[in-house]
Amino acid sequence: MSPKSVVIQAEPETPEADLLDEVHHRLEGAWRPEKGFIGWLSEVRHTAIAKRFIVTAFIFFALGGIEALLMRIQLSRPENGLLSPDLYNQLFTMHGTTMMFLFAVPIMEAVGLYLVPLMIGTRELAFPRLINYSYWIYLIGGLLLYSGFFLSMAPDAGWFSYVPLSGPEYSPGKRVDVWAQMITFTEVSGLATSVTLIVTIFKQRAPGMSLNRMPLFVWTQLITSLMVVFAMPAVMVSSSLLAMDRLIDTHFFNPGEGGDAILWQHLFWFFGHPEVYIIFLPATGFVSAIIVPFTRRPIFGYNAIVLSLVATSFIGFGLWVHHMFATGLPQLGQSFFTAASIMIAIPSGVQIFCWIATLWGGRIRFRTPMLFVLGFIAIFVAGGLTGVMLAAVPLDLQVHDTFFVVAHFHYVLIGGAVFPLIGAVYFWFPKMTGRMMSERAGKWSFWLLFAGFNLTFFPMYQLGLQGMPRRVYTYLGESGWTDLNRLATLGGLVLTAGVVVFILNALWSLRHGAIAGDNPWDADTLEWETSSPPPSYGFLYLPTVHGRHPLWMPRENQPVVVGLQDNRREVLVTHTLDAEPDHRDIVAGPSIWPFVLALVTGFTFITVIFTPWALPWGIVLAIIPLVCWFWPRSDMGRVILKEKA
Amino acid sequence: MNALAFLAGSGFAGRQSALNPAGPQAGRIEDLWWLMFWVCTAVFVLVMLFFIAGMVRGRRARKERGVEAPMSVEPGVERRMMRTIVAAVAATVITLFGLLVASVATGRSISPLRVPEDALTVKVIGHQWWWDFEYQHPEPYRIIRSPNELHIPVGQPVRILTTSADVIHSFWVPNLHGKLDLIPGRTADTWIQADRPGVYRGQCAEFCGHQHAHMGFLVIAEPPERFAAWWERQRQPAPEPATPLQQRGRQVFLSQACPLCHTIQGTDAGSRVGPDLTHLASRRTLAAGTLPNTRGHLGGWIADPQSTKPGNLMPPNPMKSEDLQALLAYLESLR
Repeated sequence: MSPKSVVIQAEPETPEADLLDEVHHRLEGAWRPEKGFIGWLSEVRHTAIAKRFIVTAFIFFALGGIEALLMRIQLSRPENGLLSPDLYNQLFTMHGTTMMFLFAVPIMEAVGLYLVPLMIGTRELAFPRLINYSYWIYLIGGLLLYSGFFLSMAPDAGWFSYVPLSGPEYSPGKRVDVWAQMITFTEVSGLATSVTLIVTIFKQRAPGMSLNRMPLFVWTQLITSLMVVFAMPAVMVSSSLLAMDRLIDTHFFNPGEGGDAILWQHLFWFFGHPEVYIIFLPATGFVSAIIVPFTRRPIFGYNAIVLSLVATSFIGFGLWVHHMFATGLPQLGQSFFTAASIMIAIPSGVQIFCWIATLWGGRIRFRTPMLFVLGFIAIFVAGGLTGVMLAAVPLDLQVHDTFFVVAHFHYVLIGGAVFPLIGAVYFWFPKMTGRMMSERAGKWSFWLLFAGFNLTFFPMYQLGLQGMPRRVYTYLGESGWTDLNRLATLGGLVLTAGVVVFILNALWSLRHGAIAGDNPWDADTLEWETSSPPPSYGFLYLPTVHGRHPLWMPRENQPVVVGLQDNRREVLVTHTLDAEPDHRDIVAGPSIWPFVLALVTGFTFITVIFTPWALPWGIVLAIIPLVCWFWPRSDMGRVILKEKA
Repeated sequence: MNALAFLAGSGFAGRQSALNPAGPQAGRIEDLWWLMFWVCTAVFVLVMLFFIAGMVRGRRARKERGVEAPMSVEPGVERRMMRTIVAAVAATVITLFGLLVASVATGRSISPLRVPEDALTVKVIGHQWWWDFEYQHPEPYRIIRSPNELHIPVGQPVRILTTSADVIHSFWVPNLHGKLDLIPGRTADTWIQADRPGVYRGQCAEFCGHQHAHMGFLVIAEPPERFAAWWERQRQPAPEPATPLQQRGRQVFLSQACPLCHTIQGTDAGSRVGPDLTHLASRRTLAAGTLPNTRGHLGGWIADPQSTKPGNLMPPNPMKSEDLQALLAYLESLR
């Protein structure tokens, strides 16, 4: 374990095929997944878990989209009888909850789970079993929410669950409890993922990848994860207090007993506003990663972009009150939050300017991933500017909680996050599957999405100004909102067509796409050095780097790391700032216990809805899988390879 | 349903819209909106011009120089771009600061601190899913309640105090002013003023449960003398039934479930769960701005309120047709 046993040396000039084959065989033995169903449940490889996360999150995305489409059809004409108010309220609550908690945050982290180890040149995440646990917890939370939906127990108090409407008096039954527990599940999952990503990024970068050479994508993942660590506890506290109010008769939010209805809003938005940057910042990471290979040049203003990200993450914690301007807070305080909300436009502007400069000085290939990046820039600028409008208290008082706000945040979340995400899928699909997605269908999906998106959401700005509030299941014919609503519904259908083309393209390309090769886009970062899809161990020899664009620099004489034991799951731990080699470490291998612990946690969180005694019992029960999870192994994870036949 | 069409004939001053101001605050906010709109549009157009020019330039560069040899950049171009970006960021900061100043200035001009002490004060109490407007007065016998219909004198500031009886609602009349939340356990204040006589529609703007969509109200701005006369009429108890049919209607009202929730002053019905019906016939809408106040709608509403506003708190009231007719006759006399 001493640092001396790690050697960085030039690759043998003519690596002997036999030797490489031998190394490959041994690494495969150490890193291959276990067989059978139990093995599948025990899987810890970051690529496998990340793929499960991504597929699950896209399924939730589709469900949330269907909910949105139903709402759009309901609103296509006044006094429509298609959906009852009860069902509509469940649908918009499910839509918001699904998109925020089960789609947007998990998928951004999931892409990070897949790519970060490959981009920083290591074999595995720091805490692989925790990631396995994180996935199961997330899945159980999502299944809980949707089982509730199909049992007519779906929450109906909005994704923000304002008290006292969500309290025991005005929301009897178990609907809001399902919501509160689902939050707890996704928060545990989000925190586990974030901690893992932070440690991995700080401690496992390839030698030479000092912080200032880290790909921007990795920067966004790092900063986002740090934001999660600081923001999520606020919502965990608030959802726990709500659950206690509902289940064991505490009165945190009950004004009749000295509680406070505004407290909920402060706690919720202290998480809720950073949340949008938790979704948006990884998306800027996709943009920065995609724009480089498609403009054939380094990104313009790397330092400025990193500083913008850091600034955004700090300012993002100082804006939450702009969700509460209508509660009648003192004016001086409001002015402070107006200033902060306007100020956050500056770092976002800097990033936009840097991307435009990159286009300006580059040689652009208009392939599908790039189209989504370009579409993102256009939509995000429009959405961001309406955000500046919303920061102004007087104007916000008029358009707050109207369709204007609905338009605004779909501009910044679909335009700002989903467009880059779909671009990212087109971009990294070849790396994950070994096959290219169809370029022709890709262009179709882009134009359908771009046109459908604007057709759906632009009319909503006008609707909001004309006084249409949010979260209404219907409206009167005389209100004059019919035409614009019809237009928005039409746009929703086009948007849906775009999503369907995208999904079909992905499914078709899995089987029939052109073979991609290692680096189909001639991109610059380390993940493209591995084969597509990457082998179970990632890199045959851990790479070293001496610049921000390792694959665009001469690779022939670049040293590699040797000296890691290849018959067990070893990774190289490096120093936080300069990534100098520090020591070797063994990461955990497959284990069934994270899954068992997830089951116990799930059982506890769900039964606690019905009896508070589930909590102490669950804690006792959880000790068993925890002990087994951390039980030391005598062989230190070493794999004894069978003799070659 | 023609809930609002009939209002056109009675001076309905356009649809609810933030862009059709009828009072000083909505006017100031509209000014701020147009300032924001034009500044942001100009910024958007400018950014898009650079963006499109960047794409055109990048496309030409690819055609001329191909895509081989990544990393090559022209130092001169990089320096020029850096200068442009520094200038753009500086311009952004200045523009944003200007908007901040405009926003704060508008905020001050609409602040509740500017209302005179002796202004007419109305307490707005939110209920699931209707509005209670309680007109304050130093002399308690002059305090009145006017559910779902807020009468105000034209040209005078009216102080609005908001609170809620159950969950959070939000008071919003787009033509007059922005929102103010109605929060249980708290009282907040704002003010409104209408510069033109007319009827303005307001609506709840904070999600409050099943019938959030049908929680509307009307603001009726009228000349001060007509307003004073209205207040005087609202103070009176309900008139005694004038015909035998109305007499029977009152009997029906008092013998059914109605008094468990509603008040008719001058009778034994005095519950405050639902809207006060003492002057029901003087109001223009039913069910919180949802239905026009006509005999047919009133009858339908009483018999089966759940078909118009599913989930609202008023139970169905099955009764014999003669009873319903008598009840309607009585209620229509409550002017």
